[in-house]
Amino acid sequence: MRVMAQMAMVMNLDKCIGCHTCSVTCKQAWTNRTGVEYVWFNNVETRPGQGYPRRYEDQERWRGGWELNRRGRLKLKAGGRFSKLITIFANPTLPALDDYYEPWTYDYRTLTNAPLQEHTPVARPKSLISGKDMKIGWSANWDDNLGGSSDHGDKDVVLQEVSEKIKLEFEQTFMFYLPRICEHCLNPSCAASCPSGAIYKRTEDGIVLVDQDRCRGWRMCVTGCPYKKVYFNHRTGKAEKCTFCFPRVEVGLPTVCAETCVGRLRYIGLVLYDADRVLQAAATPDETGLYEAQRRVFLDPHDADVIAAAEREGIPRDWIDAAQRSPIHSLINTYRVALPLHPEYRTLPMVWYIPPLSPVVDAVRDTGHDAEDHRNLFAAVDNLRIPVDYLAQLFTAGDPAPVDAVLRRLAAMRAYMRDINLGREPDPAIPQAVGMSEEEMYDMYRLLALAKYDERYVIPPAHAEQAHDLEELATECSLDYEGGPGMGGSGPFGEGSGGAAPIAVENYLALRDRQSSDTPAAPVDKGTRVNLLNWDGKGQPPGLFPPPGNGSDGTEGETRP
Amino acid sequence: MTWTTALATAGEETGTGGALLWIALPYLALTVFVLGHVWRYRYDKFGWTTRSSQLYENRLLRIGSPLFHFGILVVLLGHIGGLLIPKSWTEAAGISEHAYHVTAVALGTIAGIATLGGMTILIYRRRTVGPVFSATTRNDKAMYFALAAAITLGLAATVAANVLDDGYDYRETISPWFRSVFYLQPDPALMADAPLLFQLHALSALLLFAVWPFTRLVHMLTAPVGYLTRPYIVYRSRDVQLGAHAPHRGWERTID
Repeated sequence: MRVMAQMAMVMNLDKCIGCHTCSVTCKQAWTNRTGVEYVWFNNVETRPGQGYPRRYEDQERWRGGWELNRRGRLKLKAGGRFSKLITIFANPTLPALDDYYEPWTYDYRTLTNAPLQEHTPVARPKSLISGKDMKIGWSANWDDNLGGSSDHGDKDVVLQEVSEKIKLEFEQTFMFYLPRICEHCLNPSCAASCPSGAIYKRTEDGIVLVDQDRCRGWRMCVTGCPYKKVYFNHRTGKAEKCTFCFPRVEVGLPTVCAETCVGRLRYIGLVLYDADRVLQAAATPDETGLYEAQRRVFLDPHDADVIAAAEREGIPRDWIDAAQRSPIHSLINTYRVALPLHPEYRTLPMVWYIPPLSPVVDAVRDTGHDAEDHRNLFAAVDNLRIPVDYLAQLFTAGDPAPVDAVLRRLAAMRAYMRDINLGREPDPAIPQAVGMSEEEMYDMYRLLALAKYDERYVIPPAHAEQAHDLEELATECSLDYEGGPGMGGSGPFGEGSGGAAPIAVENYLALRDRQSSDTPAAPVDKGTRVNLLNWDGKGQPPGLFPPPGNGSDGTEGETRP
Repeated sequence: MTWTTALATAGEETGTGGALLWIALPYLALTVFVLGHVWRYRYDKFGWTTRSSQLYENRLLRIGSPLFHFGILVVLLGHIGGLLIPKSWTEAAGISEHAYHVTAVALGTIAGIATLGGMTILIYRRRTVGPVFSATTRNDKAMYFALAAAITLGLAATVAANVLDDGYDYRETISPWFRSVFYLQPDPALMADAPLLFQLHALSALLLFAVWPFTRLVHMLTAPVGYLTRPYIVYRSRDVQLGAHAPHRGWERTID
């Protein structure tokens, strides 16, 4: 037994209202830069839908993740080491920008600079890739809320697995949101695909990161990740991915997406697992057995043997305590309501989901029956095969039994708690019907419905004795390094060359650059410009007005892009 | 023999121009090549990348890039065989001059044409595909010029020697000169009689070596051959030094 700690997340899909706050705050924090305009470390997909990038789940096409070879051993679906090196000059299965979308901005200047005319001026979309006018045809959430699904709803990869004839009925009854970040897998195929060895899994907390100094831009990780959560920065030529907000997590703060989640549907905590059993679990012959196999890799943090083994591995005591209080462990192993996303990719993902009961509740309510009664709900779970089969394709490689069990547990909780809320005698038969005690049921309700910040996010900070070195901690000025905050911008070898800046500085500079530029390409007169959004109304910053003494049409002060 | 006297003696034999071209320039280029890489690696690890443009365009790249890269790898092997391995060795191994020449010309022509064709496709792509062109820096353009010059001159020298003439045995002159540079006993006289195209090819190659560390060509030196032997999943501890700033004395992170 080799105990390792893994920082993990669970999302309760019943609570997701599809507001995209997580995506936007994540983008603002991490990918608000040129080169990564199309990159969404966090995105929210409407299901059924194609996802982002389009049809990323079609592994016959994109060749992501692992598969078993004839001898039952794991191999990368896109090919092993040798075939990777042979195809290194042109990756045969790299998604093109069209599979994501062509990022754009708007020519806002026309709105303020256009001369008086009969028609209202229009801000035209400009491509952030070519700088030219473009027609917007797709984006990261183009099919939000089933938008346009009559046209391309049939392109949902998961839906194609579910029987064809129930498809229409399905679309009318069933929709939910699926927020996605990097899965920080126990067996990451992106890391295995990286020829340079730049992608690594941190031993302390299992976060999967790209070493920007070692990445050489071979692009194999983009293919290797079946979730398509490694992106290629087309300006710096390096791979970038979700970092699980490690500078925040290291000091005990939740990720940006979790912190800003309006529905409070995200849970973050530690899971202890046995690293020796990872490969064995990932090589489980039957795909539908992968969910159970992965669950068995996790260790019980209350077990004395596990604690002893963890201490032998140098996991600090406060981390073991945190693992014991972890909401992730409770949701996955105690209440067993969380399921992994696409376990059939064999990467052992570590962002799990509580499948939504609401489509079932809605269906029952629409029939006029009592949607809070556990008997009605149980019957509906049994009869509404379509949502269950769809969820099973997402979360259990097609096996409906675990999804069934989770939905019944959630339905039972709903019915059981109604009695308590209405002041009636709670019915112990309801938890019993799903194999739980009354106390367990109430605890699960508490965790799912009431849990406060410190219960949802049980994040032990990195070692206190190392705290001084942590990137974002304010024990010394984070700008205090050679070159100072004036660094950044373009070095002699293109964007960002000349050593990495601390993350705080990088974000600060990126944000400042983005906010002070409003053209797709870098404007030549950037230094003399001012962004009115950042102007506090005081004084007259240089560039607020065009230089005096220009021609009569008033456009000479501007430089055309 | 000091460097100055070496240069002076060589100057007497081949003229000052020859001494500069075939003694001073090679050492200058090689020094820049080596020190440039060291400096670049220390200063600019983040910029050390292929800067792939596959995301922008795939149709032309899919053909051009493998054609060029596999071509240039064969060309590289050919140069190692032709320049580093002395003629006496191959003859000792029983390979006649004729057999060597036929193999070298055949392989070299095929690889050369593949390289040139691939490079033509790539340069055409770079110029005509909008996003690729706008991602092209001045540095890239200079690099393409140096690279194209070296490849074109090399292929031209081979073709001219074998088509217009009945072959030129560079293993009698150029190869010994090339090796003599590394023995630290450079002999410029060997190069003085080489055909002009071969001379120009050698000079363009020296230019390419000199600009190499400052261009995207650096990705060649980190060709990921280690991938064949390393374990699939890399585990790493949090770095001893986090971020770009060194911790103050006494605050270093300790690993227990």
